[in-house]
Amino acid sequence: MSKTIVCRCEDVSLSDLEDAFKQGYHDLESLKRYTGFSTGFCQGKGCTAHAARFLAGLQGGDDMVADPPRVRPLLHPTPAIRFAGEDDGGGEENT
Amino acid sequence: MKDRADLVIIGGGIIGLSLAYYLSRMGFSDIVVLEQGYLCFGASGRNGGGVRQQWSTADHIKLARMSVRLFRQLARETGYNIWFRQGGYLFLARDAESASALSANVELQNSLGVPTRLIDVREARRIVPGLAGRNVTACAYNSTDGVLFPWPAVWGMAKTARQLGVEIETFTRLIGIDVHDGRIAKVITSRGAIATRRVINAAGGWSAQVARLAGCQLPNRPYRHEILVSEPLRPFLDPMLCDLSDGTYFSQTMRGEICGGLSDPEEPSSMNSASSFRFLGRMCRSMTRMMPRLGGVKILRQWAGYYDETPDGNPILGPSKEVEGFIQFNGFGGHGFMLAPAIGKIGAEWLLREAEHEIFKKYAPDRFGKNPAPKESLVLG
Repeated sequence: MSKTIVCRCEDVSLSDLEDAFKQGYHDLESLKRYTGFSTGFCQGKGCTAHAARFLAGLQGGDDMVADPPRVRPLLHPTPAIRFAGEDDGGGEENT
Repeated sequence: MKDRADLVIIGGGIIGLSLAYYLSRMGFSDIVVLEQGYLCFGASGRNGGGVRQQWSTADHIKLARMSVRLFRQLARETGYNIWFRQGGYLFLARDAESASALSANVELQNSLGVPTRLIDVREARRIVPGLAGRNVTACAYNSTDGVLFPWPAVWGMAKTARQLGVEIETFTRLIGIDVHDGRIAKVITSRGAIATRRVINAAGGWSAQVARLAGCQLPNRPYRHEILVSEPLRPFLDPMLCDLSDGTYFSQTMRGEICGGLSDPEEPSSMNSASSFRFLGRMCRSMTRMMPRLGGVKILRQWAGYYDETPDGNPILGPSKEVEGFIQFNGFGGHGFMLAPAIGKIGAEWLLREAEHEIFKKYAPDRFGKNPAPKESLVLG
């Protein structure tokens, strides 16, 4: 039996998304949390677009995601010790 | 969405859902829960999942104890595995003052049936291999505290309440609350109006804003609280670690991640939910000081949510004096999630059977300035 992988980090398949949708998780943020895609090592760089396309395919319309999930730091997984120096970064904000 | 309901709950976070959950299980389900985003959008989807019974006031200890008992049943009741793991909570004090506070707390907790123990650094290092013991003056450990995964607890309560007839309307913003002759008449949302005589304000960080729509003032203020999560690791850390010197806390989730945050005394009240580099640096410094072996652990992600804080660190519970039918269930700071089952159950019995409970007297909305409640001092973040 074959399966289509949506998120490689967290091993989320297309049928996992279909199942989540059937369970009532109908927006991208809820699908993400229920299935776990985008929460692994790459932080959604590959899977978010696949999942958005899946959702758009079910819901119709050409606007894939009106309000995409916020991209959260860090860009790359980084050892804690790299941030443990004395400088506090001056309180700069990322978004 | 229905246009009439016996009760409208503002806020689809764990407090509002817990009320809806226990009310509907008691047979009352003419309820609409309004959520501005998706389920888990607010602090209920953003917290670290800690559940502790180590508090400095008897009420918090009793509520937390009851919540632990209810959380232990929740997976079975709802069919959602909430990954509740009772690995304990270990508090570290680094000065004489917090050491003596810990000792007084432990006595109070023991008198209420919570088996917390004061332990020495050597025992703490046996429970947490790799813990840096330098400058630690006292430790308090309770093995029956724990951590859970907040999301399935939210979904489980929501799904069960829905099956029992509660309407939970997500992506539905509250626009207004109509008050006629001093009592609640209707709520107006982005998707229509609902006639009702009772509204519960369980809006967490948005509570004061919601109250203003009904013409009431609440002293609650929202504060950003930041948190981060690491890559998943083989299980090695049993308890949640809490450092009283700077309010750092972290634990290992059932997914294996290290998840935690810390207090920031310079954080102003705001609705800012951005992630900051300042937090990342402070948190990494603190956690690697507590446990140097975490230095090589990769940080994956950081985010923020709101603490809904009141002047005395206690929640605001019960009817407002100014508007009849407007009921507060907010002001839980950073610990609403862990108290939610007890609050929901006690609240449901109070609403439905008019079962009196001391928390509605002590934590009444109009207490400030005249009947101050004992301040809860064991607050992190």
